Formats: sequence, C-alpha cells, structure tokens
Amino acid sequence: MNPSFVLPYTAVLSARFRMLLQYRAAALAGFVTQIGWGAIRIMAMEAFYRSTTAPQPMNLEEVVTYVWLGQALLGLLPWNPDTEIRNMVRSGTVAYELVRPVNLYTYWFSRSLAFRIAPTLMRSIPLAMLALLFFGMQPPASPESLLVWLAATAGAVLLTTALTVILSITLMWTISGEGVAFLAAPIIYLLAGMVIPLPLFPEWAQFILEMLPFRGLCDAPFRLYMGHISVAEAWAVLLHQWIWIFILVGLGAWMLSRAKRRLVVQGG
Amino acid sequence: MMNAFALYINYATLSLRGQMQYRVSFILGTLGQLLGTGVEFVGILALFDRFESLSQWSLAEVAFFYGLVNVAFAFTDSLSRGFDHVGDLVRTGEFDRMLLRPRSTVLQLIGKEFTLKRLGRFLQGGGVLIWSTLYLDIAWSPWVMALTAVTVFCGACFFLGLFINIGTLSFWTTETLELMNVLTYGGIEASKYPLAIYRPWFRRFFTMVIPMGCVTYFPVLAILGRTDPLGTSLAFQYAAPLFGLLYFILSLLIWRLGLRYYRSTGS
Amino acid sequence: MSHIRLENIVKTFRIARRRPGLWGAFHGVLRREYRTIKALDRVSFELERGELVGYIGPNGAGKSTTVKVLSGILVPDSGRCEIDGRVPWRDRIANAANIGVVFGQRTQLWWDLPVIESFDLLRDIYRVGSGDYARARDELAALMDLEPLYDVPVRQLSLGQRMRCDLAAALLHAPSVLFLDEPTIGLDAVSKLAVRGFIKRLNRERGVTVVLTTHDMDDIEALCDRVMVIGHGRILSDSTLDDLRARVTRERRLIIDLLDEDQTIADPDVSFVSRSGNRIHLQFDPDRVQTAALISRITAKYAIKDLFVENPPIEEIISRLYDEHELR
Repeated sequence: MNPSFVLPYTAVLSARFRMLLQYRAAALAGFVTQIGWGAIRIMAMEAFYRSTTAPQPMNLEEVVTYVWLGQALLGLLPWNPDTEIRNMVRSGTVAYELVRPVNLYTYWFSRSLAFRIAPTLMRSIPLAMLALLFFGMQPPASPESLLVWLAATAGAVLLTTALTVILSITLMWTISGEGVAFLAAPIIYLLAGMVIPLPLFPEWAQFILEMLPFRGLCDAPFRLYMGHISVAEAWAVLLHQWIWIFILVGLGAWMLSRAKRRLVVQGG
Repeated sequence: MMNAFALYINYATLSLRGQMQYRVSFILGTLGQLLGTGVEFVGILALFDRFESLSQWSLAEVAFFYGLVNVAFAFTDSLSRGFDHVGDLVRTGEFDRMLLRPRSTVLQLIGKEFTLKRLGRFLQGGGVLIWSTLYLDIAWSPWVMALTAVTVFCGACFFLGLFINIGTLSFWTTETLELMNVLTYGGIEASKYPLAIYRPWFRRFFTMVIPMGCVTYFPVLAILGRTDPLGTSLAFQYAAPLFGLLYFILSLLIWRLGLRYYRSTGS
Repeated sequence: MSHIRLENIVKTFRIARRRPGLWGAFHGVLRREYRTIKALDRVSFELERGELVGYIGPNGAGKSTTVKVLSGILVPDSGRCEIDGRVPWRDRIANAANIGVVFGQRTQLWWDLPVIESFDLLRDIYRVGSGDYARARDELAALMDLEPLYDVPVRQLSLGQRMRCDLAAALLHAPSVLFLDEPTIGLDAVSKLAVRGFIKRLNRERGVTVVLTTHDMDDIEALCDRVMVIGHGRILSDSTLDDLRARVTRERRLIIDLLDEDQTIADPDVSFVSRSGNRIHLQFDPDRVQTAALISRITAKYAIKDLFVENPPIEEIISRLYDEHELR
C-alpha cells in the first residue's frame, strides 16, 4: 500500500496515543480501581461458591481468572463514545471533519482504536502481572490457548472499536447526544460478561448470549485463555467475531455516510 | 445557615430548569441510570438462580442491602456532581470564579448541578427495596423506621464525604475521576452484599478506615432483626450511622486543606 | 490611606516539563521534571480610591496572577497586600463581597438561564438586600439598556450584549473595586465604544476603582490616566500615559498629503517612516527642531495639500517598551 495513503490514519493514531499516555494519574487511578473491583467481585463469588456443592459450569478458580482478565481489559469495552468526537459534536466543530481529505470512517476508526488501546495498554499489563503473581489468576491453559487468546483479543479490539465508532456516530443523531450511548453501555457490559461470567447465566439465556456480538469482547477470549473453550473450538469463536466485525464496520460506515449527508444539509 | 439553604434551593431549581430544556437527554439519561444500576441486579438474580443462597443470606435480604445503599447513594449522586468535576472547573477557570464569590466553595459546588438523572438509580434502588420488604418479615417499630431514615440520611452524608475527598484530590492531580470509583461505586458494589461475606481485611477497611459498613451493613442488621455473624451488639448497630456523619465532617476539614494548597500553587 | 496596596509580592509556580514524541510521553508517565517560574517578582503599587488604571503587558507577564492575588484566589509566596485594609487571601469571603471581576473571555452568568435569573441568583450569593438589589439593578439596567435582555437565555446573547450583562452582574453587589480582564475582546466597534463609555461612567459617577487589563491600546487611550506595564513578573513602568510616551519616545509623527504624487520630501531633521499614495509619514524629534519651524520650512519648500502632527500610536510605544525589556 502507498505509505502516504495510510499516513493520516497512522498519524492520528499515534498522536492520540501520545496524548492519552500523558494521563498517568488516570492510569494509576484506573489501576487501583480495577484491583478493588476485582477483589470485591471475587470475594462475592467465593461466598456464592461456598454456599453450594452442586457442580457449576465454571469452577471458582476459573471465575477468578475470568474476573481478573475482565478487570485488566475493562478499558477495551465500548462503554462510551470517543470523547474527542463527543466534544466536536457538542461544540459543532464536527463539520470540520468533513473538510479533511480522508475517508472519515477510517479516520474515526483509527482515532477510536487508539482511544481504546492506549489506556488499556497502560493498565492491563501491570494489572495482569499483579493478579497472576498475587491474586490467584491462572496463566493460560497452554501455549496454544495463549495463541488463540491473542488472536481472539485482536478480534475483540476491532469489535470494540467498531462499536465505539457506532456509539460516536449516534451522538450526531439525537439532539442531545449521549442518549443511545447511555442506554447501550450497561447492556453491552452485561452481555459481554463483565457483570457475571456468561456461563453462570441460566441455561435458557445461553443461546441468545452465544449469538450476540458482545461475547466476542470478553467472554469468548477469556474462556479461550483458560481453556474453558478448547483450542479445537477456537475457529468458531474467531469466525463469530469476524462476522460481527464485518457487520458492525459495514453498519458504522453506512450510518456515518447518512449522518454526513444530514450534516451537509443542515450545515453542521 | 437558613440563608445557605435558601440559596441551595435556588441553585437546585435553576439547575433543574436548565436540565428540563434538554428533555430527551434527561429522559434517556434517567433510563440509562435505571438500566446501569439494573444490570447489576440482574447479575444478582442470575447468581441466586444458580446458587440459591449466599452463605446464610437470602435473595430478599441481599435485595434489601442493595436497595438501601442505592437509595442513599442516589441522593448524594444527585448533589455531588460538582465535586466530581473540580478538575475540569479548575482547568476552565470556573473554580476561580467560585473563589471570587463570597460563599463557601462547598456550598457552591453542591449547588453547581442538581442532577435529576440520578432519579434512575433512586427508582431502581427504591423498587428493589420495596420488593424485598414484601418477602422479608421486618418488625416496623418506630425505632426501626427511625433507624431506616437515619441510615439513609447518614449514608447520603457519608457518600458526599467521599465525593468531597475526590474533589480535594483533584487539586493535586487533575485526573481523579476514576480513583473515585474504587471508593464510591466500588463501595456501592461491595455493600450490595452483606459485609460479613467478605474477607476480614476488607471488612476492617470498610469499617475502620472508610466507615461504609457503618451506614449500610450494621444498621441494616438491626432493621432486619438479624444477629450479626460478626458479633456486634444491637446498640452498636443503632449507633453506627453516626460514624458516617463523622466521616463527612472530617472530609470537610480535609477539603479546607486542599483549598489552601490550591490557593498557594494556582492551577 | 490608599485603596489598594501591594508591597513586594512574590509568586512562583512549578511547571511540569514535557518531552516531545512517543518515547517522551512514556517517559513522562514514569518521571516528571519540574521547573519553577517567577510569575510575580516583587510587585508593588498603590491605587487611590476612584482611580482607573490600565494594567498591561504581554501574555504570561503576570497580569492575571496579580488579579488572582488581589482577589484572594491565590496566596503569594511573600509580600503584603491590602484592599480596604483587608488581606485578600486571608479574608477571602469578605474581600470577595467587596470586589467585582469581569473576564472578557468567560461569562459568570448561567448559560442556560435568562439574564434576570442569573442576576437574582447573584443577589442571593452576595447576600444583597432586596431593596439595594432592586436599586442597583435598575440603575445598571438604565445605564446599559439591559431591560430588553432580561428574559433572553445567556447563550443567545450577542457578545456585546453579554458583556454589558456581565458588567452589570459584577456590579450588583456594589463593589468598591472592579477588575476588568479584556472587557472589549472580540466586540464590534460600536459595542466597544459603548462598553468603554460604561466603564468611564461607572468610574466617574460611582467612584469605583477600576483595574483594567487589556491588549487593546485604544481601551487604554480612551480610559486610563495611569498605566502600569508588567513584564517578566516585574512592574516596568508606572506613570501617566503621557509620561510613558515621553519616556519611551520623544518622537512625533508628521503626516503630509502632497499635491503631486511623484514628489518626495527631504529634510535633515525628519526621517522617513512610510508612504501610501500621496500621503507620507515622517518622524522628527521636537527637542532637536521646533515644530513650528519645521512646518514652515517644509510648507515653504513643497506643494502641500494638508499636514498634521501627531503622537506615535500607543501600540508602538508599548511595543518599544517590550523590546527594551526583551519581552518577546
């Protein structure tokens, strides 16, 4: 590919990255917060597991690892729209985005990619280290599990970015913005497996959870990591992720082209 | 004092009228809050569906803990946005504007924004609370009713104290929003279950350092009429909410220190 | 006793240093370096009651730090300061009730509310009695023609209208000192003139002491008898505008409209500044040559349509002063 063609996208990605890395206090605060949350969740789960002797779809050790992975990668969840885009919509400067000689969807995708990765990167690695060493998180089930987990995490990053861009675009619809994002975030959070691990939901809910895209964000990669989904079944997880990535990228690009048209008509 | 209260009412009505101008945002925001706190309860329901009980605690009891803490927190949450945004206010110079006015900064920050969106949390918590009392056998004596009211009040003060702490911190670092979560939202997260299920270090932290158990777990035991597996006396359970109030007062004093620091360094 | 007094105020800040590039950002996460800057370096001045003084200097010179110290927001490292006998930072609330501050760039009014409700809220914040409030509000409204704006939400006001409302808002509690930070920034010519008019009247009629910081030299020329210039945290000059002018440059401008466009003027006592069409700007030193003598010499020698003498524009004086102190 012609390097000058990708330059605007890599430039915005790198600039955003640098900017986000400056928030070291935020990183530290997020780090402490996540450890606290993880500890609370795990203690509650311990108490639940103490109350029963019946076999469960996941044992406590697996739940602990699942919770820590969730805390380490929390920042990857598409729980808010890109804050820069939100500010642009609010101040009305979003119209200037149309002036740039770039593909707007790709541009926003690159921007949101950095927005999701940079903060997560800063806190996920130290947090996972700490959890592995002291808080009962288990290492990957096998080298193969590690590999398929990495592949699935890459898929999760693209999935979350596609969802973030969609959330950001919805800001341009509603008069006051944010509305859709407000509603979407808690549902995504629940359906991705962040409230409780998805296998612990009642049996009747399992089919729906399997079909929806959100398990590809947390649940499926986490279970690949701990071997709860075997390496042999990994292809199904990755296929599920990539089908949804294509659907959501397509949806986002379509939504953005519609939103752009409206913006031009209304003059921003 | 009366004058300050009147001023606050004035602030709040103006803030409400401002929010009402964006009706769609208001409704969606409230729904979002309802949903956001609601999914946590969905999690609890799912876990009880699978595990049937949590140590010796029933779903209805856990729902009471959960409902009460959310109701108390909803009050604070609607009053305390100003402290959440001290960092932003400092950056935009609006905090300096507050210092230019002949009023205490705490009062001005509480008045800054009265967020009615938190109604979502209040409705959700209140709903769960009422639902739980249908299944619980609470002896509603005047004492118990008074204790419930005092618990909600002191709980709200305690949480306000936490928010003031967060605002104080943002004089030193501008990105503190998230650190707050571990104490406030993390605390809510923790107190939706009875404190007794947690490990000892954790219980001690949330009793002796941050007295959150004092405004949730201990008084609720007295309300539910349960003996404490941790062995506290009924008298302590009745007195416990006052520690929440004490914490609030302490937070105000620390805020003053922060203010002094800010005024000697600028932004 | 003077109204406002500053004595050797010193204020230093610590600033985090940032490194460029991706690696620098990573580095900044781990370790940060600081440097200290002296925002105010032994600043002293006194203002009498009812004075209207211009306080000017380039960005970052220490203007707003001074205002923050005077308004009790910032505590200086050392030095003394009193307004009406009060130390601002020690007695913030009492001092705040006695001063008014207007920032041209930011409004203190509530964005989504009609103007009158902001005023009512300020009445409660400043604990103004309802009789005093009504009187002050009506007076200000009459002075600045505010009544038609009462029911308009602040966000819908034009910049000029907003500035008038902000000026009124800062004066509702009848402060004895008014700090104005760029009150005419971004205003159109008519609004600028109006705002200047109000400031002048407020100062004359109500005896309010006004400290005006601005980059607009026309503000200074129109309003201020006394000008203080600050740079690098130090007061570089504190005098009347005329004295400042005399100290920085004695030179005068001689502007001549020639009858003939091709003509030039050559005289040993004048130097050439600029030319556009048949108008020529020249410069001379009135100490070296008498103005009257110079004019008669030139009118005798050349065919001249019109001729006038004026002071160099204030911008140039300030700019020279900055250059002298290497402020750029």
